[in-house]
Amino acid sequence: MTSVLLICKKEFKSYFTGPIAYLLMAFFALIFGFGFYTATRDVVRFSLQAQMMGQQQPMNLNDQIIRPLLGFASTIALFLIPMITMRLIAEEKKTGTIELLLTSPVNDLAIIVGKWLGAMLLYLCILGMSVINIAMLFAWGKPDWKPVAVAYLGLILQGGCLLAIGTFISTTTKNQIIAGGVTFFVCLLLWLLSWFTAFDTGPFGQVIAYLSIITHFDNFAKGLLSTKDVVFYLSMIFFALFLTARSMESLRWRS
Amino acid sequence: MIKVEGLTKRYARTVAVDNISFEVEKGQIVGFLGPNGAGKTTTMRILTCFLPPSEGSANVAGFDVMANPLEVKKRIGYLPETPPVYPEMEVSEYLVYVGRLKGISSGEINGKVSDVVGKCALGEVRNKLIGQLSKGYRQRVGIAQAIIHNPAVLILDEPTSGLDPKQIIEIRELLRHLAGEHTIILSTHILSEVEHSCERVIIISRGKLVAIDSVANLTNRLRGSEAVAVEVQAVDGQPNAGDVQQRLEQVSGVSRVMAKESKDGGLLFEVESLQGRHIRADLARTVVNSGWNLNEMRSVGLSLEDIFLQLTSAEKPAESSAAQEGEKK
Repeated sequence: MTSVLLICKKEFKSYFTGPIAYLLMAFFALIFGFGFYTATRDVVRFSLQAQMMGQQQPMNLNDQIIRPLLGFASTIALFLIPMITMRLIAEEKKTGTIELLLTSPVNDLAIIVGKWLGAMLLYLCILGMSVINIAMLFAWGKPDWKPVAVAYLGLILQGGCLLAIGTFISTTTKNQIIAGGVTFFVCLLLWLLSWFTAFDTGPFGQVIAYLSIITHFDNFAKGLLSTKDVVFYLSMIFFALFLTARSMESLRWRS
Repeated sequence: MIKVEGLTKRYARTVAVDNISFEVEKGQIVGFLGPNGAGKTTTMRILTCFLPPSEGSANVAGFDVMANPLEVKKRIGYLPETPPVYPEMEVSEYLVYVGRLKGISSGEINGKVSDVVGKCALGEVRNKLIGQLSKGYRQRVGIAQAIIHNPAVLILDEPTSGLDPKQIIEIRELLRHLAGEHTIILSTHILSEVEHSCERVIIISRGKLVAIDSVANLTNRLRGSEAVAVEVQAVDGQPNAGDVQQRLEQVSGVSRVMAKESKDGGLLFEVESLQGRHIRADLARTVVNSGWNLNEMRSVGLSLEDIFLQLTSAEKPAESSAAQEGEKK
């Protein structure tokens, strides 16, 4: 357990010794901030128009701003996650420090979970950027906090899932660019799977839709906390980390 | 301390290590010698549980590398070919991280770090980023991380590569200091390295064990015979070089006498013995009984260099690129 925390702390810190953490946070804050600006502007304009037309419809911040915005955040995350995970193990393989890790009295799982948690912490920091914008809505409006919390939980679970997949891909190569590229491709694929359901409602389409990581996020975005989705994400995380452990083991046999 | 039996490691197309067996006693420094691509690194990686063997067993400090890797890893300090350092970390930060990974408690860690910083002379660079250090310093950081948890067995893959001569001497002294309580295996392809710091040598070539013996024995055994340089004092051309040579050839056990160039005041000969014969005492007696003065007598053992070449070039001299590939993987 101590070794998990050690590795997690080291990973997290090393993101911040280079520019990568700051770049990702800045990039996310910029895009999310722009989305926030457009969404808020449109809502304000729309409600002003509605008032001038004499309609007294109360604004619903949750439905009109927060929900689409956090859905947008989940899409941005798809692009950022490969950049977080690509170095995790590929870099250690390249520089040879993997020999240090694998000859230390630490089991493989502790290494993997430690690294994944380190990546997770950075991801949380990146998501933290969005809290600034959402906090503004709470300061000047009265949105319901519960669906917001559920949506954030969804973002965290979806991120954890993609990060675990990224960690797995990072064990398969010593080239960071390849690790990042393949992870990006897989993220994109999982995103596209959700479109599939729009055209295909047969059993096959249902299965594909179930596998899409994004479809499960939709419920969270709506503020619906269902066990089905939580279980899906958690089991995906476990499965990906399990694959990572197997891949690390095969590393020993093949290298 | 280390017991290896019938160890074999196959890669997809090549056999990197082929049925190697050896034992290392506690407290010994053993040199692991071989040309590039001989399988040194692979063997070391198996001993450190980084790679599993294809066949055979390896036992370190009483634990099998396959059955009990965690226990083996606790008792091993390993310096790979390239020091496993993170360029973005400071030296002391790195040593704390590695030490904690190797199971040193948070209470003890600072003491241990200061300890190895002192031993490896890293005081000046303690708070520098490892990425800014020279190769020599990085190598020393690598050694520091290997010894930080005071392991029973130290496995060092080319520990002195990239160091300047002064640093090499320092590292050798450090190793000598560490031997005794630690068992050390160090690999190298630099022969003088082995002559200086090791008690025993294991020579492998193309994955096969070629020789395993003490440095002194190996020198003798390989020559099969002993070679002695004898210098007899000569005053005004007396005694005659031919006479001396004749007399020396008559000593029992002598196979060959070669006259070397004579310096002023001395006639120099190189005398070789027959296999397994000790001729030094007889040689001295002969010279003295003939009424000549013996200026100097020393054995001219083969250098390890000669032996090494002799052993490893018994097979094809050039290592195949395939074997090299195997080692690099």
